[in-house]
Amino acid sequence: MIRAPRKTALWYAAMIHRISGVALALFLPLHFLVLGLAIEGEAALDGFLIWAELPIVKIAEFGLVFLLAVHLFGGLRVMALEFLPWSPRQKTYAAAAVGASFMAGVGFLLSAAS
Amino acid sequence: MIGPRLWLLQRATALIMAPFVLVHLGLIIVAVQGGLDASEILARTQGSWGWALFYVAFVLAVAIHAAIGLRVVIAETLRPRRWVLNLTAWVILIVLAVLGLRAVYAVIA
Amino acid sequence: MGSIDSGSQPAANGKLEIKIWRGRAKDGAFSAYQVPEQAHQTVLDVVTYVQRRIDATLAYRFACRVGMCGSCAMTVNGVPRWTCRTDVKTVARKGRLVIEPLRNLPVVKDLVTDMAPFFDKWQAAEGRLQATSDREAEVATIDPASPERKAADAGVECINCAVCYSACDVVTWNPDYLGPAALNRAWTLQNDERDGGKAERLRAVTSDGGCQNCHSHQSCTEHCPVGLSPTASIAGLKRMATRAAFGRGPR
Repeated sequence: MIRAPRKTALWYAAMIHRISGVALALFLPLHFLVLGLAIEGEAALDGFLIWAELPIVKIAEFGLVFLLAVHLFGGLRVMALEFLPWSPRQKTYAAAAVGASFMAGVGFLLSAAS
Repeated sequence: MIGPRLWLLQRATALIMAPFVLVHLGLIIVAVQGGLDASEILARTQGSWGWALFYVAFVLAVAIHAAIGLRVVIAETLRPRRWVLNLTAWVILIVLAVLGLRAVYAVIA
Repeated sequence: MGSIDSGSQPAANGKLEIKIWRGRAKDGAFSAYQVPEQAHQTVLDVVTYVQRRIDATLAYRFACRVGMCGSCAMTVNGVPRWTCRTDVKTVARKGRLVIEPLRNLPVVKDLVTDMAPFFDKWQAAEGRLQATSDREAEVATIDPASPERKAADAGVECINCAVCYSACDVVTWNPDYLGPAALNRAWTLQNDERDGGKAERLRAVTSDGGCQNCHSHQSCTEHCPVGLSPTASIAGLKRMATRAAFGRGPR
């Protein structure tokens, strides 16, 4: 099998969108189950949330915020590409989407540290 | 592998969720200040019809969106038979919707 | 469009080291050849030298040699290219070339691919004019400034070389996908005032393997030798399909 040609920036943009989407879909059931703990009362939820104070969990949460943001901004880019008049500046928009997502992640970390 | 209806439904749920996700990201960044705290989360949500509506719509949209998205990824990477693909997508949709609505009930009721 | 492989260097001893795929996709292998380096030498020149001077059993396909017929596309150092318009100097790395058949198509022998799936999808996408008049009718007058004419113009210079089809990962992942060339052609026809098959064609390009499968990787656009953007055409079809879903058919 002949390998695919060298990947372009926009191939990576699409792959980031795909991987972030799959990761968010896998995280979602856990997220729902944790919130579901509140059925047993506030204490049950709090009993789980103490784990959220661990630095490693904070880093994982930074990852989640980044994934959510990059899927949002990347998705808006795809829909702009598909529904708005064609623009040749696709790479710029893809870079902007990733940049904005890092800003959201950094905003989360700054907020978590305060 | 994906017909025009599912493709459009994927875009429609994405457009609905775009503002939801922005609000959600904002809430995450606010909620994490001073540590996550169940009483802080529940004080905002419990008994609120507004937040109930917001989260029910969010859960249903994300369940549809994730099911269609994973269906495409599975179709292109694993190439299962058509009925396996559709069954998988329905299972993803139902599991996410049930768990999600249960979570909304937990924080609102 | 030779921007992808830059930083090439000349061969060490005036000889190019060439590896060419021989045989079929499964039981084939690379064979090595030495070809004298010359000024203004195309990749097609190199393949022709091998076939005429070294091994007459080498199979490859070409016709016009000037970038019009679209028959000589091959994979050169991992990139799909029109070999008759690709100067060796722009793609060789230290005088080395690896030449393979196009990707995403069955290999008949050596560098020759079976183009049937490519053209079958062209037909499946209704990539042909449905004439609304005959040769006795007056020549249609089409305003060069109309948006439809401009949209058709942007995609109409396709030479059917299948470089885009070979570059596209969605084609690899989804064998039903019609591919960039067929969808680009369909888009030019959807913008052709003389065409009478627009509703039928819209159904064809929104079938299971239709335009909505495109992930906008834009590898087609990156590698198209004549500088077209099939991704832009496919986005146009997606907008047309969306309008149709809200009851606004193609004009």
